[in-house]
Amino acid sequence: MTDSGGRKIGDVLLKVDNISLAFGGVRALNDVSFDIRAHEIRAIIGPNGAGKSSMLNVINGFYHPQKGTITFRDIARTDIGPYDAASRGIARTFQNIALFRGMSTLDNIMTGRLLKMKRNLLWQALYWGPAKAEEMEHRAAAERIIDFLEIQAIRKVPVGRLPYGLQKRVELGRALASEPDLLLLDEPMAGMNVEEKEDMCRFILDVNDEFGTTIALIEHDMGVVMDISDRVVVLDYGKKIADGTPDEVRGDQAVIDAYLGVSH
Amino acid sequence: MGFFFEVLFGGFLAGVLYALVALGFVLIFKASGVFNFAQGAMVLFAALSLVRLMEWMPIPLALLASVAIMIVFALAVERLVLRPLVNQEGIILFMATIGVSYFLDGFAQTVWGSEIYKLDIGLPNEPVMILESVFDGGVLVNTFDLAAAAIAGVLVLVLAIFFQKTRIGRALRAVADDHQAAQSVGIPLRDIWVIVWSTSGIVALVAGIVWGSALGVQFSIALVALKALPVLILGGFTSVPGAIIGGLIIGAGEKLAEVFIGPCFGGGIETWFGYVLALLFLLVRPQGLFGERIIERV
Ligand SMILES: Nc1ncnc2c1ncn2[C@@H]1O[C@H](COP(=O)(O)OP(=O)(O)OP(=O)(O)O)[C@@H](O)[C@H]1O
Ligand SMILES: [Mg+2]
Repeated sequence: MTDSGGRKIGDVLLKVDNISLAFGGVRALNDVSFDIRAHEIRAIIGPNGAGKSSMLNVINGFYHPQKGTITFRDIARTDIGPYDAASRGIARTFQNIALFRGMSTLDNIMTGRLLKMKRNLLWQALYWGPAKAEEMEHRAAAERIIDFLEIQAIRKVPVGRLPYGLQKRVELGRALASEPDLLLLDEPMAGMNVEEKEDMCRFILDVNDEFGTTIALIEHDMGVVMDISDRVVVLDYGKKIADGTPDEVRGDQAVIDAYLGVSH
Repeated sequence: MGFFFEVLFGGFLAGVLYALVALGFVLIFKASGVFNFAQGAMVLFAALSLVRLMEWMPIPLALLASVAIMIVFALAVERLVLRPLVNQEGIILFMATIGVSYFLDGFAQTVWGSEIYKLDIGLPNEPVMILESVFDGGVLVNTFDLAAAAIAGVLVLVLAIFFQKTRIGRALRAVADDHQAAQSVGIPLRDIWVIVWSTSGIVALVAGIVWGSALGVQFSIALVALKALPVLILGGFTSVPGAIIGGLIIGAGEKLAEVFIGPCFGGGIETWFGYVLALLFLLVRPQGLFGERIIERV
């Protein structure tokens, strides 16, 4: 399953170099470097507290590392904000679902299109006509995503009322709505039953395959990781301890030790 | 019976004003989690701007200019207060708005003067009898009260459409629901802040027009913010319908209390009735009538 059809892995899309991030005394990330190539599914794994989510937060501009650079599409930056990241084509989901709970599935997915709308927010406050026509166009795009994720039945339901597994799917939909080049998924299958996991896996593979979207995936389920990812980077206590294909990583002694809790 | 309704309607007018001030609070609190102590000062500033500008230009122009002033004020707040204090605790932002409030009170009076100014934008103001067929002798109301209620109603309707139907409204609701998620889809928080503070400024202007037309534009307008506090407790800090209904309940309640049970206490109930009502309410339903969550986020 590792090689999915006509998909060709391309050049480096994102590169993080020597990233260090500390919260007070806690070193969440310690001199971490790796890259993500266009169209690949890149897994980030490691035990709890290893710094995986922190890494995603650095990439999408929520956290500002004390050291290191982030190079996205050949532009190197140290300090980006979430707005820059989003407008340059990085979308994400969260470990703890972060949906707009009071809004419907459709409206949640529509928020993912905000950056695609040409007329900016301030302008739209004053002007109706053309903004209206544009709205219809984006509505159609949102409906395509709803079809793709098979959530037609819950289009109008406020997401706060949906079961957990469906909320995760809506969150993926919102991220997809922005047609990202790089999609960051923080434990998209956590807390799901087997059937829901299989669905989610299929969606991730389809997104990667059909839209060519590059995906960075944090996941604890090793079966899933080994199955669907092209390359895996392993973090432990904020440090990178391994990087390679699933097979390489699986046999790596440092990785085995980290997961068995062998002391360093 | 007719007298009861006269008192009730009189109370509703005060209630509309409280509701408008509370509405300004709610908008800002929802979108940024900031408890804006300066809302009352904004009402004063907006009303003073309008009344003094009207000495120089026709009313529609003065209205537009006042709106523009409130937008400039929103831009300044974002740039000078919110942006430097981003990610600070709520209490720090609250303190900052106290500062803004004192500054604005002083600034408004320095620039525009500190006398009592009569505001007349041509709202009707004559007594009429209504419901004559229902009650013996009918109910005496003032057309001004009706006009004020109509203005407030239109404002609320426009805001509702703005929030429900426009893209910007969707962005605002998104920010109110989840800051991080909103940022992750590229909603620019700074723009949102400017928009909600501007909207709040316009709501303040409308409140200032109604209040100023009734009582003249003067410093005491800034103190209506204190009356909005019980309204917020009653209605919930995050609920627009709550602000409106809470305002009407407090406004009507305090007038009725003053007239019908006031004499037992020797009068003066009106000044504290709202707070007592809110306090009692707080014991029963701390999140307010329609509030989604308790003020403190955990
Ligand atoms: N905002 C923050 N403030 C303080 N400490 C933080 C913050 N975010 C992360 N940390 C700390 O950084 C370390 C790495 O956390 P992170 O969430 O990145 O781990 P993780 O690999 O995603 O773990 P998990 O598998 O449990 O999600 C932890 O010690 C965590 O407590
Ligand atoms: Mg995590």
